[in-house]
Amino acid sequence: MSGSKKDIDQVSGYETTGHEWDGIKELNRPLPRWWVWIFYATIVWSIGYMIFMPAIPGLPGMAGATPGLRNHSERTNVAEALSAAEAARGPLFAKLAGASLGSVENDPELLQFALAAGRSAFGDNCATCHGSGAQGFKGYPNLNDDVWLWGGGLSDIKQTLLYGIRSGHPDTRQSDMPAFGRDGILSGAEIHAVVNHVLALSGQEADAAAAAGGRAIFAAQCASCHGEAGKGLREFGAPNLTDAEWLYGGDYETLRETVTNSRRGVMPYWADRLDEGTIDALAIYVHTLGGGEGS
Amino acid sequence: MDVKHQGLAADGVSRLDVAAVNSATARALYKAREPIFPKRVSGRFRAVKWALLILTLGVYYGLPWLRWPRGAGEPSQAVLVDFEGGRFYFFFLEIWPQEIYFITGLLILAALTLFLVTALVGRVWCGYACPQTVWTDLFIAAERFVEGDRNARIRLDRAPWTAEKITKRGAKHAIWLLIAFATGGAWILYFHDAPTIARDFFTGDAPGSAYLFAGLLTFTTYSLAGLMREQVCTYMCPWPRIQGAMTDHETLEVTYRRDRGEPRGAHKKGEPWDGRGDCVDCRQCVAVCPMGIDIRDGDQLECINCALCIDACDEIMGKIGRPRGLIAYDSAVNAERRAQKLKPRFRPLRPRTIYYAAAWLIVAGVMLAGLATRTQAELSILRDRNPTYVVLSDGSVRNGYEVKILNKDNVARTFRLSVEAGVPLEVRVIGTGTSPDGSVALEARPDTVSPFRVFLTAPKEARTVPSLDVTFRVESAESGALATTKSVFQTGSRT
Repeated sequence: MSGSKKDIDQVSGYETTGHEWDGIKELNRPLPRWWVWIFYATIVWSIGYMIFMPAIPGLPGMAGATPGLRNHSERTNVAEALSAAEAARGPLFAKLAGASLGSVENDPELLQFALAAGRSAFGDNCATCHGSGAQGFKGYPNLNDDVWLWGGGLSDIKQTLLYGIRSGHPDTRQSDMPAFGRDGILSGAEIHAVVNHVLALSGQEADAAAAAGGRAIFAAQCASCHGEAGKGLREFGAPNLTDAEWLYGGDYETLRETVTNSRRGVMPYWADRLDEGTIDALAIYVHTLGGGEGS
Repeated sequence: MDVKHQGLAADGVSRLDVAAVNSATARALYKAREPIFPKRVSGRFRAVKWALLILTLGVYYGLPWLRWPRGAGEPSQAVLVDFEGGRFYFFFLEIWPQEIYFITGLLILAALTLFLVTALVGRVWCGYACPQTVWTDLFIAAERFVEGDRNARIRLDRAPWTAEKITKRGAKHAIWLLIAFATGGAWILYFHDAPTIARDFFTGDAPGSAYLFAGLLTFTTYSLAGLMREQVCTYMCPWPRIQGAMTDHETLEVTYRRDRGEPRGAHKKGEPWDGRGDCVDCRQCVAVCPMGIDIRDGDQLECINCALCIDACDEIMGKIGRPRGLIAYDSAVNAERRAQKLKPRFRPLRPRTIYYAAAWLIVAGVMLAGLATRTQAELSILRDRNPTYVVLSDGSVRNGYEVKILNKDNVARTFRLSVEAGVPLEVRVIGTGTSPDGSVALEARPDTVSPFRVFLTAPKEARTVPSLDVTFRVESAESGALATTKSVFQTGSRT
């Protein structure tokens, strides 16, 4: 376009850009001004952004992007947020670790904290085996009910949490039921008899003749841990055989397998892996699931 | 556009040289805004607008300073949105976040009021009460105070940048910014204790959000009411488009009575009025219009029905000795009736207005009932779903519940929790104790939610049905507050 005279298109009445192709002229229809100004504003903003924030990636000889004047880093922000959360929880964890376990449930504020912390720690560490609702699976006890192999008081639960069961820790809870069949202690017929006796003990349908025969075998082989009446003994983690609850199952086939091969479930110890406050929170959480016993 | 008058429109009435810059024919999408210099006008509707301006702005700026004693530890501000504490205080009401439906109801009521009023008398919201209108009015008043009336403002606009122009323009924008800042500043008073935040704001101790929102509203007030004005209504606001659904032929609108006014033209003293219209084409109605339109072009989207053209025209009609009301609140149906020589009418009772009024009454009734039956306690029950039930060694079955008591009182209350299920259930609360008769005392902390772990145990014999309906009930002997909530007890039985 030459000169200052505007070239007006005769048909539309609009100014042209002066560009012409085969007699066709381009009209000058600029973008709305508000749009143009916002566009300029974003350019200005982006320059400021590149100066203040990490923006230009991978300059030679640099790790990561340019740091920007604000030295902003999401990693640092997360680390700071985490340590701030730690600092905020710190006093409550300290109070929890310092308080006697039994008193926590009577302190609403501390109880709420312990339950929240316990629920979170349970989800991270325990739910894999015990289930997210602590409902348990075959071989992994349900922690909601009132059946406890090693005791359901606060200190019992804490002891189990700290040192585990058959965990290899020096202070672990330890007991080993013999594999009566596999190790040849009892014959197949004797196992059949003692299983029928256990079925009878728990009020299930059993072969009366075999059960009668199994009574003596039970007294000789099993009663030392499970008790004469089969009520179990917590010192050995020996389950009560007369109730409706079975860790592995109470039917004939499962019981026969248990007597033949034994069951030696393992719970890991947490003493070196979780801090005192978290262990306390977990103990209180499990205790308040519903089955907790008085200590 | 020339500032000078274009001769006489009638005896003693000069014809103004003014174009309706925003009329449908004059407007182009890509054209820069042409400034509008609304002329000063006085009259009935202007007086109503001044009164409403003082009232609405007075309420907006003044309300946060109003005190309402609530007792120790409670805010003494009559209207306060406390985001941190999760409370909305409105005089005698203290609304919790879960009672947000009161706010929802208020908003629905406001919308229905708007529908009803629009169906009856058109865009009175736009013309009198909309913040955009009120603040624009205020900004134009400030502009007129500094720069003078229409002609002086046009002259100043065209004048080169002399010291006088810089001083006047500077003063105008300073006043605008001051008003805008007062507006943005008043906004944050609704979210904090007003005297405290007002002091902290200037000492630099206020939270960042206070500065952010004060700045944001200062900016929007200044730009919307000062710089953009009528463009907000014409281009940005959805309401002019929506309201078409509420108006009909009976709705009152600011209307130029074409039957009376046309043919228009200058009138010389002594000439007869027969055979011509009453409109002397003095263009006062265009000069006073803040929207830059000519009302004589008919009903237009840009018209906010502020009625300033009515005031302007009435004054002229008085001067030339013709009846007032050449421009008036009128309806489309009346234009037809006049053509048929029928009496004009206003029919407020129409199916549309009756529907809107009925909907309004229903919502208001529901809200009033909700308000009247509002208690000082609420109970929420969340049944454990993992596991849904636990069978105990003796064959009985237990369900766990998260029981939350909302104590709206400002003192701690003891609530007696009782459970009704048709069969006796043992109730056990962690940290509180067991009760065989199904009734436990729970200590609810003041003005907050207190959660409890509650276990219900049903005997083996109850496991004959899959589930039991359970009603939880809490009652405070001290305050009489009572709340009940229904839940379910899963027995784990499949039959």
